[in-house]
Amino acid sequence: MADQPDRALEELYQELILDHYRRPRNKGTLEPHTHHIELTNPSCGDELEVDLFVAGDTIADARFSGRGCSISQASASMMTQLIKGKTVREARALAARFNEMMHGSADAARDKALGEARSLVGVARFPVRVKCALLGWNALEEGTKSSL
Amino acid sequence: MSPRTAPASLRRDVRDDFPILRQPSNGHRLVYLDSAATSQKPQVVIDAIASYYGGLNANVHRGGYDLALRATDAYEEARARLAAFVGAPDPRGVIFVRGTTEGINLIASSLGQLKVKSGDSIVVTAMEHHSNLIPWQLLAQARGAQLVMVELTPDGRIDLEDFRRALEQEPRIVAFTHVSNALGTINPVAELVRLTHDAGAVAVVDGAQSAPHLAVDVHALDCDFFVLSGHKMLGPMGIGAVIGKPELLDAMPPYHGGGEMIHVVRDTTATYAPLPQKFEAGTPNVEGAIALGAAIEYLRGLGMDAIAAHERQLVGYALAQLSAIEGMTIYGPMDERAGVISFTLADIHPHDLATIVDQDGVAIRAGHHCTQPLMRRLNVSATARASFYVYNTEEDVDVLVVALQKARRLFGLTHG
Repeated sequence: MADQPDRALEELYQELILDHYRRPRNKGTLEPHTHHIELTNPSCGDELEVDLFVAGDTIADARFSGRGCSISQASASMMTQLIKGKTVREARALAARFNEMMHGSADAARDKALGEARSLVGVARFPVRVKCALLGWNALEEGTKSSL
Repeated sequence: MSPRTAPASLRRDVRDDFPILRQPSNGHRLVYLDSAATSQKPQVVIDAIASYYGGLNANVHRGGYDLALRATDAYEEARARLAAFVGAPDPRGVIFVRGTTEGINLIASSLGQLKVKSGDSIVVTAMEHHSNLIPWQLLAQARGAQLVMVELTPDGRIDLEDFRRALEQEPRIVAFTHVSNALGTINPVAELVRLTHDAGAVAVVDGAQSAPHLAVDVHALDCDFFVLSGHKMLGPMGIGAVIGKPELLDAMPPYHGGGEMIHVVRDTTATYAPLPQKFEAGTPNVEGAIALGAAIEYLRGLGMDAIAAHERQLVGYALAQLSAIEGMTIYGPMDERAGVISFTLADIHPHDLATIVDQDGVAIRAGHHCTQPLMRRLNVSATARASFYVYNTEEDVDVLVVALQKARRLFGLTHG
């Protein structure tokens, strides 16, 4: 019992997550871009900006910037990797899938379509951190609402 | 009921007075290190709320029957107790409010109408809690006044040279905190008040973080307003006070209008009740005031000097233990510090630190601590913060240190 929380922590802070935190992929801004979304979490001060370049209906490029905890940064980094080359509709479907995983869906956690983002499955056990993992995905969903 | 001579050191069994600390957290002993956000409550305070509703509940300053008179007496006795606790010579200057935030809004709004015109300046410092910043921003915007922010020294104290420079603009109001909620810095309030008065301005002191931890004497400090929150000093939430000089409060317009604050009401005008009722519109938080009175009695029993000494010793121990952890950065001054330690650890984000130590039952705060201008000056978006009170011990510090070592391990910062 005593070491159960430690196992949850080890699952939360997997090497892959720390790798994305320390060496974020697609970090920076995108010029030119077709979409720019800024989201902040006023309760903790985390800030995240997502830039997209959408050509036709395909996300040709995606970047993110800002600062925050390992979970928000790693999640945004993994998201940009996943959505590049996808259509806006496909990317939004991934966001919905990721959301399901964050809310405990075992089915979503097995979905290979989520790629490395599946490593964030452990966040679901820490309800206060779920909003960190969702920050980038929420930006994606909000910014592409009108692109459908 | 208070001991004639205050004890020199804290009782060793203080923790036992706090029932919440007996419950486990994540399967561990709860180590509560977030008293700067809110303090836990001793049994006597919890009992005071229950006995108010069990035996004393009636609306105050209204009914002429026995129960209402007894409720009113108990409410006014709490006011007198608070006045004595902070050294206010006249209980009429003690206005009960919901907490420090409401208190500063009251002052900014009412004193602002009396004193601040277009083109005037108002001074705050860069270490203020948002509750001692936003009300002044709103006032400055509404009045077309200028808000001046005094800078800090690199070790997190008010830069006195910059403070003097700000006073050269002859501000109307100068507002500053007694103790920083984010850094623990204890500001030289008496000196700041003197400088403020020399410049002809009104001094407003945010006492939310000092009243719980230090013996406060508003008469000796000579501040015009001192504001505090009951819930940070072992009392319940939703009760606090503005302690002001009665002559200023008398000259100020009312803040909220309604029942209790009036004298005679005509169709289109009214005259107002004398202090303190003039500023207490509506049914007040009577049980909150009475339970705050119980908290004050409890604090006096422990001895404010004993509390301050306990925290000084604990913070000294914690600073030494935390500094020994590789990658540790501690913010704020190394002396003249109250029971607050803000820190970051290597590249581990404070939220990650808070999650990790929580698994060992340790409650710390991570974030901007409602001090975003200060965080920008420290060049961080967030810090972790451990804050201490009467029920904390060196053992609590040890548990925190072990949990932080675990964080380093989880983030791959140790070998083997």
